[in-house]
Amino acid sequence: MKKWNLVIDLARCHDCNDCFLADKDEFVGNDFLPYSAAQPWSGQRWIDIQRKERGQHPIIQVCYLPKPCMHCDDPPCMKKAPRGAIYKREDGLVIIDPVKAKGRPELVDACPYGAVWWNEEAQVAQKCTGCAHLIDAGWTETRCSQVCPTGAIKFYLASDEEMAEIVAAEGLEAYKSELGTKPRVLYKNLYRWESVFVAASVACKDTDECAEGAVLSAIRGGIKAGEGAANNYGEVVVDRLTPGDGYEVTITMDGYKPFTAVVNLDESLNLGLVLLEKV
Amino acid sequence: MAEVVRLTNLTTGGPVHVEVQNGKILRIVPLELDESDGPSWTIEARGRAFTPPRRTTLSPFTVAHKSTIYSPKRILTPLKRVDFDPKGERNIRSRGVSGYEPISWDEALDIVADEIVRAHRELGPAAILTSPGSHHLWGILGYRTSAYYRFMNLVGFTYGEHNPDSWEGWHWGGMHMWGFSHRLGIPEQYDLLEDGLQNTEMIVFWSADPECTGGGIYTAFESTPRRYWFKELGVKMVFIDPYFNHTAGLFSDKWFAPRLGTDVAFGLAIAYTWLTEGTYDKAYVASRTLGFDEWKDYVLGVSDGLPKTPQWAEDECGVPAREIRALAREWAAKKTMLAAGGKGGFGGACRSATGNEWARTMIALSAMQGLGKPGRNIWSTTQGAPCDATFWFPGYNEGGISSDSNTLNGFRLASRLWPDGGLPGNPQHSTEGQTVSRLLIPEAMMHERLKWRGKGFCGSSIESQFQKYEYPAPGYSHVGMYYKYGGSFIGTMTETNRYVRAYREGKIPFVVNQSIWFEGEARFADIILPACTNFERWDIGEWACPTGAGASASDACNHRLIVLQKKCIEPLGESKSDYEIFSLLAGRLGIGDIYTEGGHTELQWVKRLFHASDLPTRISWEAFEKKGYYMVPVPPDRKRTPALRWFAEDRERDTPDLGPKPWEAVGLKGLQTASGKIEFVASSLQRFEQSGAEDPERPAMGPQYMPSWEGHRTEELVTKYPLQLVTPHPRFSFHTMGEGKGSWSDDIKDHRMLVGDHHYWILRLNTRDAEARDIQQGDLIRAFNDRGEVILAAQITERVFPGTVHCYESVADYIPLGEPGHSPDTAGCINILTPKRFVTPTSTGMAPNSCLIQVEKWEEPS
Repeated sequence: MKKWNLVIDLARCHDCNDCFLADKDEFVGNDFLPYSAAQPWSGQRWIDIQRKERGQHPIIQVCYLPKPCMHCDDPPCMKKAPRGAIYKREDGLVIIDPVKAKGRPELVDACPYGAVWWNEEAQVAQKCTGCAHLIDAGWTETRCSQVCPTGAIKFYLASDEEMAEIVAAEGLEAYKSELGTKPRVLYKNLYRWESVFVAASVACKDTDECAEGAVLSAIRGGIKAGEGAANNYGEVVVDRLTPGDGYEVTITMDGYKPFTAVVNLDESLNLGLVLLEKV
Repeated sequence: MAEVVRLTNLTTGGPVHVEVQNGKILRIVPLELDESDGPSWTIEARGRAFTPPRRTTLSPFTVAHKSTIYSPKRILTPLKRVDFDPKGERNIRSRGVSGYEPISWDEALDIVADEIVRAHRELGPAAILTSPGSHHLWGILGYRTSAYYRFMNLVGFTYGEHNPDSWEGWHWGGMHMWGFSHRLGIPEQYDLLEDGLQNTEMIVFWSADPECTGGGIYTAFESTPRRYWFKELGVKMVFIDPYFNHTAGLFSDKWFAPRLGTDVAFGLAIAYTWLTEGTYDKAYVASRTLGFDEWKDYVLGVSDGLPKTPQWAEDECGVPAREIRALAREWAAKKTMLAAGGKGGFGGACRSATGNEWARTMIALSAMQGLGKPGRNIWSTTQGAPCDATFWFPGYNEGGISSDSNTLNGFRLASRLWPDGGLPGNPQHSTEGQTVSRLLIPEAMMHERLKWRGKGFCGSSIESQFQKYEYPAPGYSHVGMYYKYGGSFIGTMTETNRYVRAYREGKIPFVVNQSIWFEGEARFADIILPACTNFERWDIGEWACPTGAGASASDACNHRLIVLQKKCIEPLGESKSDYEIFSLLAGRLGIGDIYTEGGHTELQWVKRLFHASDLPTRISWEAFEKKGYYMVPVPPDRKRTPALRWFAEDRERDTPDLGPKPWEAVGLKGLQTASGKIEFVASSLQRFEQSGAEDPERPAMGPQYMPSWEGHRTEELVTKYPLQLVTPHPRFSFHTMGEGKGSWSDDIKDHRMLVGDHHYWILRLNTRDAEARDIQQGDLIRAFNDRGEVILAAQITERVFPGTVHCYESVADYIPLGEPGHSPDTAGCINILTPKRFVTPTSTGMAPNSCLIQVEKWEEPS
């Protein structure tokens, strides 16, 4: 059967907040029973856009990770809820029943993703419903995917088999996959959130020109973890490195003495200007 | 369940379908096109076919529009300041402090009408000062140029004339190099998307962030897919901006961050590299420009002994010389589009002390690489999509129902609405009447005598910006009443404690504010008239198209849409549409029938506007009313006329632009400049000098680098206030629209920050500057200089470099901690700190991006 899936491309999100605001437009002040009681005017983030900066001026990236309810196929929240208070629909959507789940603030902590919010006035835990009421009415978009201007958020009504093909073709991954909750929200280019880069601006000391073609290698534990060549501005970025210590970075260019440094890459690092000296 | 009705409307941030249930708006979604609309266009380029997504996009403030319609700050009844007695003590010193009490519409209208009569009888014509915010809610009936101008022309007024606040340098500087006064100094953009996709190899975004400012203006994210197309074609994208902006975040291959105010030095060093390496279009420069050799001698240092080398520029702008050379070489080697500002024109760099020369630099560099030749132009990816320019629908610049000739090129609508003639023009709203620059409104309210040049938007000719003005104008009195429309200037103009103090310490005995929300300047009125939004009244409009100075701007959208803006809900509380408010006031003044032209309802005007346009040639009123919009298709056999190609090839202009006018060119060839060429020595500025004017900051030969009058070279001030402040247009709101109001934008993490129980405005500073001041992420901080102080929340970031701080301008509210105009503001009016000085002494524009401040940690007084 066709099931509910959401795919979010981190390389395409630039924090415009259209998704966050469309969600509020839909749910603030509107009850959609039996799926949801109205979201309060302010304070909840059913799709919560998180921000991370990578690198340092002038070589930086800014990564945003929009985080709705993951609609896990193995949802931890369901296990901690009394029978029927949280349930999973056939199409995969996880629903907190706004009546049966009343008075249970502990459900907020049951989600390892922090995607459940407490409505003090209505005394109910609540979250993204996946626009269940709209899907029921025949919508082919969620409110967040409908307004996403960059195509970062895509909604798929697809069978598990069809989805498996998309996952393989697009390289989709679960956020915090170590939790093992089998989310139905998957991410593309998740490396931007989870891995680090090392970068430099490389120049030749003798000519004071940008060192186009200089090669930066990152080696860890004797194994080459990544490599890249400088562009015409002398900038080189080696990405998709596992965060951690003990990276040996070398920058080489024919006719010049190599540059070497051992660096900590718990966070992305711009080495800044590296001046290569003539051999 | 009650029936859900689906209606249409249009906003400054895109077209919408509105679903209404039980008289309440249920949801607002992007307007959805259907199969009965015409086909979308296709561009063929480099072996591929590009067709836009068949949907519309919305700016964030439009997605959140429901929260401003149902805002807790809506004004629901007429209000009177509690200690204002029109027949007794007016207590104007307590404006902004005293509270308000609800009064009836009858009482409110009687007071306002009596005051209009008083001002007229006591002070003669034009006794009412009035000014609206830059933009009104969309719709050519309700727009400020329409219903408001119609009323003000009938009662007489002194208009607070708008400065071109988004493109100052293009207007006061660029116009002298290439004309385009009919576009207020910014260039035509026809068919540049196709040209770019077919030919361009690199795009340099200089002071441009189209992902942030509504794709240039009004057009939401319509241009986003185009930038992905360029990326897919391998077109390189370089960004020059003191802030690593949001478009750069998606697309940047290289980010340059010159120190604020030094972009001109950067640009001159690029020119120097081209001159010394011989990599510029010598034939083009020889045949299409004037005065190049004189300027070349300046760049090379022949005439002033100071070669503008990359090393010289590095010392000024902080960008390494080798990287400047690398950019110059790549630019010369590749067909390059210069995306100067979000709209092709615009850009924060033009709103500064060096703004005139920056705009000239953009034109100069483009000229050196063959401006107008295939793939080489000034274009920001935001306009110039395929469009049927032969189909006419009026934009707000045509004046709507006002028939006001001051709304720029109102050349078609009035004659179609009134074949026998509309309202006679009011000479008060003309060069012969009395006017005040918006930037001088506070001084006019203080009854100072003022002199300046240029009446705001100078579209009629290049020379019109040299015209001298004074206040009071000869034979006129000082103004004796202020009819303010909305509440925006404290957040949007410069050195804005002035605007606050003028209410309390000035000489205006009566202030009425017609506003939707209780915010900003509305808090300083004696009487407040509650207006409603465009979702509560009838209107009609075309997406993103102002016409006139913004001719053909709807080609920024992927689908050209004309929308019936249906009344979706009844006006909230006792609020009324602007048209109705003016109708009622006009009635009390004995001119009701003239104002409403015999009792027209808004829907009747909308129908007349429909019939005055080209719409009836394509769709009946009945069908239009049912569907709610019409999409203007692009004819497949449309003639392509890429912008300025005619100029590059020295042909008669073939674009459908509104100028140069026949008397401004010779034989329909050439630009509006006297030579018809791009002028490195501006003949208009030479004539200005010859007429006896002196303005050393606005030299005839240019672009020239003159360090900012408030910047890194003003050493005494830097010692005191070491941080340079950049204040771009906001990202999630539009001027003050969608900002504050208790709306959902408060909850956007990068818009405001919740500290305690207040959503503070954000200032962004570099890690090192924060460390030096012991400022942590989310700390409250005090930003200050001699002009005032603002309390903000700190965001620590590498998106700005040390020494520069970033804070969007245009907050909607003003919430002082103590005495208004003399105490710190907590709403985030950063423009309290920006200088009131004009771009140059004779360029009556604002320069907020030349501003030095200091920042320190702030503890809330307990």
